[in-house]
Amino acid sequence: MPRARLAADVGGTFTDIAVEHDGRLATTKVLTTPQAPEEGVLAGIARALSETGLAPGAFELAIHGTTLATNAIIQRRGAKTALLVTEGFRDVVEMAFENRFEQYDIYMDRPEPLVPRHLRLGVRERLDARGNVLVPLEPGALDPIVETLKEEAVEAVAVGFIHAYVDGRHERAVHDLLADAMPGLAITLSSEVSPEIREYERWSTAAANAYVQPLMAGYIARLERALSELGFSCPLYLMTSGGGLARPETGRRFPIRLVESGPAGGAILAAHIARQCALERVLSFDMGGTTAKICLIDDGEPQASRSFEVAREYRFLKGSGLPLRIPVIEMVEIGAGGGSIARTDAMGRLTVGPDSAGSDPGPVCYAQGGVAPTVTDADVTLGWIDPAAFAGGTIPLDAGAAVAAIAAGPGEALGLDAHGAAHGIAEVVVENMANAARVHAVERGKTLGERTLIAFGGAAPVHAARLAEKLGIGRILIPQSAGVGSAVGFLRAPVAYEVVRSLYAALDGSFDADAVNALLEAMREEADAIVAAAAPGARLVRARAADMRYRGQGHELAVGVPAGPLGPDSREALIEAFEAAYARTYSRTIPGLTIEAMNWTLRVAAEADPPAPCPPMPDAEAAEAMARRPICDPATAGMAGAPVFSRNALAPGARIAGPAVIAEDETTTIVLDSFSASIDALGNIVIARDGS
Amino acid sequence: MTRSNALTPIGLQLMWDRLIAVVEEQAQSLIRTGFSTSTREAGDLSAGVFDGSGRMLAQAVTGTPGHVNSMARSVGHFLERFPVETMKEGDVFLTNDPWKGTGHLHDFTFVTPAFRDGRIAALFASTSHVVDIGGRGLTSDGRNIFEEGIYIPIMRFAERGEVDRTLVDIVAANVREPVQVVGDLHSLASCNDVGCRRLAEMMDEFGIDDLDALGRHIVERSVAATLEAIRGLKPGTYTNAMRIDGLENPVDLVATMTVGADGIDVDFAGTSGISSYGINVPVCYTEAYTSFGIRCIVAPDVPNNAGSLAPIRVSAPPGTILNAQYPAPVAVRHVTGQMLPDVVFGCLARAIDGAVPAEGTSCLWNVYAFGGPGRVECDPALVADAQPFTVLSFHSGGAGARPGKDGLSATGFPSGVRSVPVEVTEAISPVVFWRKEFRTDSGGPGTDRGGLGQVMELGILEDAPFAFSALFDRIDHPPRGRRGGEDGTGGQIGLASGARLDGKGTQTVPARDRVVIEMPGGGGLGDPRERDPEAVARDCRAGLVSPEAARGRYAVALDEEGAVDSEATALLRSREVEHAG
Repeated sequence: MPRARLAADVGGTFTDIAVEHDGRLATTKVLTTPQAPEEGVLAGIARALSETGLAPGAFELAIHGTTLATNAIIQRRGAKTALLVTEGFRDVVEMAFENRFEQYDIYMDRPEPLVPRHLRLGVRERLDARGNVLVPLEPGALDPIVETLKEEAVEAVAVGFIHAYVDGRHERAVHDLLADAMPGLAITLSSEVSPEIREYERWSTAAANAYVQPLMAGYIARLERALSELGFSCPLYLMTSGGGLARPETGRRFPIRLVESGPAGGAILAAHIARQCALERVLSFDMGGTTAKICLIDDGEPQASRSFEVAREYRFLKGSGLPLRIPVIEMVEIGAGGGSIARTDAMGRLTVGPDSAGSDPGPVCYAQGGVAPTVTDADVTLGWIDPAAFAGGTIPLDAGAAVAAIAAGPGEALGLDAHGAAHGIAEVVVENMANAARVHAVERGKTLGERTLIAFGGAAPVHAARLAEKLGIGRILIPQSAGVGSAVGFLRAPVAYEVVRSLYAALDGSFDADAVNALLEAMREEADAIVAAAAPGARLVRARAADMRYRGQGHELAVGVPAGPLGPDSREALIEAFEAAYARTYSRTIPGLTIEAMNWTLRVAAEADPPAPCPPMPDAEAAEAMARRPICDPATAGMAGAPVFSRNALAPGARIAGPAVIAEDETTTIVLDSFSASIDALGNIVIARDGS
Repeated sequence: MTRSNALTPIGLQLMWDRLIAVVEEQAQSLIRTGFSTSTREAGDLSAGVFDGSGRMLAQAVTGTPGHVNSMARSVGHFLERFPVETMKEGDVFLTNDPWKGTGHLHDFTFVTPAFRDGRIAALFASTSHVVDIGGRGLTSDGRNIFEEGIYIPIMRFAERGEVDRTLVDIVAANVREPVQVVGDLHSLASCNDVGCRRLAEMMDEFGIDDLDALGRHIVERSVAATLEAIRGLKPGTYTNAMRIDGLENPVDLVATMTVGADGIDVDFAGTSGISSYGINVPVCYTEAYTSFGIRCIVAPDVPNNAGSLAPIRVSAPPGTILNAQYPAPVAVRHVTGQMLPDVVFGCLARAIDGAVPAEGTSCLWNVYAFGGPGRVECDPALVADAQPFTVLSFHSGGAGARPGKDGLSATGFPSGVRSVPVEVTEAISPVVFWRKEFRTDSGGPGTDRGGLGQVMELGILEDAPFAFSALFDRIDHPPRGRRGGEDGTGGQIGLASGARLDGKGTQTVPARDRVVIEMPGGGGLGDPRERDPEAVARDCRAGLVSPEAARGRYAVALDEEGAVDSEATALLRSREVEHAG
C-alpha cells in the first residue's frame, strides 16, 4: 500500500524536495532550472528516490509549489494580455490609488500595469451598485474589439466590469462571445477570480490571472506528463498562497492563487508545529538569502488575508507592487536576508539591505566574485557561521575575504574594526526585522511578547535568539529540516478552497437573512464541489466569516459567522461577534453606530488528522560538544568561547546552556548567553530565555 | 544591548531607528482606529516624539506633509500654556486651534507626557483630521473662523487619567457626527499611549534613563547632514512668483529664498493679501508645505526631526494669504498651501541648475457632492423625496515632469492621498460615475512630458438636482513648464449640458444633468522638440498624445502605422529651429 508523500518547492535559487515515508522525513536540495523548472523538479525527485530507495509507485500524493507565476509577473514574461473594461474606465489599473507610496521621493514611479493602454479596451455596458442594468450590453459591441484582439495576436483576456461583483452577467456574456469568436483564448472574468468590491484591486487580480494563465497551464501540463512518464500514478496537488492544496484544474483556472506558495508552506509548517506542541501564540520567522518573512499564528492558524501585493519593486514598500485580492497567508516581507548588502548612507548611518547579493555573485565569503559585504559575511566574522562547514562543507567560505571587505567598507566609514562593523551589521538587520514585526503586529491589533518564535530558512536560526530578545519573546523553536521549511510545510497542508462574495448588509432593521443565506449556500456549493473532487470521501470542515466594520470606517475585521442558516436572532449574534472582535483588536467598542458587513468568505477544507501531540521531553545524557570556538554575544559585542554541537548527534532530551552553537548542514543555530536549549521529543530545538 | 554600549555609534543608531519605529506604531494605531476618511485613506495625520523642551526627535514616516513641522511647532505652544513641570502622569492635552495646531479646526493635536520613574522622559504628539467640526464644514464658504466650527483652545483632555466629560459633551453637541468625532479624540489619546508604552520598553531594553544623549545625537547628525546638503546648492537669493486662481481674485505667491552656509531662509513678502473666504493659510501650514517642498529636493533621506527642520526657516508677512491672522477663515487652507512646493521648486531650480520638477496640479481635485432635502439650493419640492447623501472622494490631476522622467498622471503631489474606489462611492450613495480616464494631450509637452490630468463625469441615479462643492485651482492659471517645457492644460468644470461651473463654491446640478470635471495636466520640462521621437510615438499609440499634438507640439511625424518617420521628423524639427532662429 503506497503511503509515501512527496513535496517539491521551486524557489528562485533552489528547488527543495521533501519526502515523508513511515514517519521519516528525507529532504534534498537541487538548483532551480529557470528556463524549464520541471527539469529541476525531476532531477530533485530522482535524487530523492535514489536516496530513499522508494519507487514512484510508493507515493500516494505529490505536492508542488512554485514561484513561476510570481517571477513571470516580476520579469514581465507573461502572455500578451488585453483587459476589457466598462467604457470610460480603461485607466483604472494605471491610476491605481492616485497616490505616491513614498512621500519624499519625487522620482518614484508606480508599477507599470501588466496590460498596456492600447490593449485596455472599453466595452459599452454598465450596471449600478445593485446590479440593475444602466446600459445594456449589445452583442455587436464586441465586434470591433474581437478584431483588435486578433490583429494584436492577444493570447489572454481579462474582463472587468464595474459592479460585476454584484452580478457577473455582462462579463459572462462577453466570455461566451469571445470564446465563440476566438476558440482557445484564455479568458479570466473578474467576477469569478475575485468577486469583491473595489474595481482597481479586482481588475488588477483579473489581469494578473490572465497574464500568467497560458504559462502556468503549459507548465502544469508538462509537469503532470513528466511525473506520469516517471511512473508516478498518484494525484498531483498544487500549493496555494492561502495555505491549502488545490488540484491542477483549479490551478489552471485561477493560477494567480498559486503566487505565494513557497512562503505559505513555511507558515503552514510553523502552524503545524504550533498545534503539535500546543503553542497558542506563535510568530513564524523565515529568513533566506534575500528576504525575511514574518507571520502571526494564533491557535494553530496563520493570520489569513485577502490582500496581497506581488512584485513590490521599491524597497519592498507597501504600495509599490500590484495588488491581488486572493486568499493568502498574511506575512510581512522585509528586505533582510543572508545576502543583504551592508553600506553607510549620506548621514554615516549603517544600512543593511534591502538589496541582496543573492546567490550570484553572493556574499564576499562565497568567493564567487561578490565584493559587497553582506549579513552572511558578518555572521562569519562574528564566529556564528563556521566557514569550513557551510552547506555541509560543500561550499568552503573565505572568512578572510569577509573580514577584509567589512573592515574596508562599513568599518572604514564608521571608524570601527571588522568585528565592530560586523556586529553593527548583525544588529541593524535584526533591528530592521524587529521593527517590521512590531508594526505588523500593531496593524493587526496583536501583541508579540507572549509568543514562541518558530525560526526556519537558512539564515533564521543564526539570528532568531537576538530577534526574540528584541521582541521580548522568551521562547524559540527551530524545527527539524529548518533549511527546507516550505517543502516540509507542503506535506502538512490540507486540501482546501476559499470563496468570497461581496454582499452589503447593514446589521440594522434592513438586515435580510434570506439574502445572506442564499449567498452562503451558493458559496458552499461551489467550494464543496472543488474540495470534494480533490479529496474524495473526506469529511469537509467549513469556516465562514464576514468582513465587518462600523459604518463609515475603511478597514474591516473578519468575524466568524456561526454554522447553519441565519435566522432572526443572527443579527444580534453577528453584532456581538463583531463587537467582541473589535474590542479584542482596539480595546473598545463604539456604541450607537450601525455595523455593516461588506464581504462574506467561506473556507472549505478536507478534515485532516490532528497532529500527534508532542510527547514529553525525555531525559538524556549530557550533550557532548564536538568543538569549541569564539562567538560574538550581540548584547555586549564581546567574543566568548562557546561549545559547538552537531544537531544530528543531539538526542531528544539533550540540554545545552548558552552560549553555544548547534550546527547542521543547512543552517546554524546560535544559542545566546542568556538562553538555554534543549531537544524535544520530535527533534525540535527549543530555546528558552533563562528565567522565563 | 546593555547599558555599556547603548551610547556607541551603533547603539545610538539602533535607538534612533527604534524611536522612528515607535512613532510609526503610534501612527498605525491611529490609522486603524480612526474614523475620518482623510485620516484612514489619505493619511491625513501625523505622530511624533519630543523631548521635554519641545524638540521633535522623530516623526512617523506615515503622515501628511501638511503636518511636517506644524505639529512639531505645536508642541512648543502646548508647553508655553502648560510648562512641563506642571504636567502630571495621566494628563493628556489637546487643541484644534488653527494657529497653534495644524492650520484648520478640523485637525486635533493631542500631546501626552511619557513618564519614567516620576520624571517626564518625552512627549508624544499626534494629529488627525476629524470628520466634522460643525460650522460650514470643509468648504471655502466661511467669512471668519467663528463660522467654521467649534474652537478648542489648548487645554486638558484628561487629568491624571480622568477624561474631561464636560469637554467631550461640548464637542459632541457641536458637531454633526458626534460618535465618530468623539471616537477620533479617543483614538488620538490612545495612540499616544501606545507611543508611551513602546518608549518605556525601548528604554528598558537599551538601559537608558532619559533621551538626552540620544536626542543630542539625532539633532546634531540631522543638522549636519541637512547643512551639508544645503552647502551643495549654489548660494544666493532667488525669487519666484506663481499666480494661481484664488477665489474672488487671482493670488500671487511670491517667495524669496536665500541659500547660505547656515541654512535656507524663505520669505513670502510680495504675496497677495488674505481672501474673504476660507482659502487663507495660517503661517504654521505655510511652514509645513514650504519645508516639505525643500526637503523633497534637499536631503530627502534625512529623517524628520528638530535637527533636519532647523536649517530651513520660513516667514511670511502678517496679513498675506500665507500668514492669515486670527480670526480669518482658514477651513480649506490646503487649496492654497499645497501650491507652495511648486513655488519653492521655482527658487531651487536656480540653486541646483534646474534639477527640479515642473509645476503640477498640486491641489487636490476632490469630488464632494451631496443631495437630499435641505442640502441642495433649489426648489425644495424637487428634492423632497430625494435620498440624502454626502460623498467625498480624493482625486488628482497630473504632476509636473521630472528631470529625466515624465510627470505622474492623475497622481497627488504634494498631498499623499489615496483615491476612493468608484464602486465604493456608488455603493453608499446614488452617485454614478460615467467616466474616469486620462485626459489626452493635457500633459505639458516637454523633453520630459508633464503627467496627464483625468476626466471624470458623474451624475446621480435619481431624478433630482444635487449639490456639487468645487474647491479647485489651476483653471485659469495652468501648471507652468520649465526650461522650455510647455504648460500643462488648465482644468475645467462644467455640466454635461454645456454650462460652465465655478472652480470654487457649492453649486447645483440640475436633475438628469451631469458634472464633467477635467483636471489639469502637469507642466513639461525641456524643449518638446528634443523629446525622443520614439517616446512620442509610444504616447500616441497609447492615446496619451494625439497625432496632431505629436506633429504640432513635438514636431514628430508618424507614418500610417504610428511609427516614427525619421526623415520627416528631422525635417519638421529642422524647420522649427530655423523658424525659431
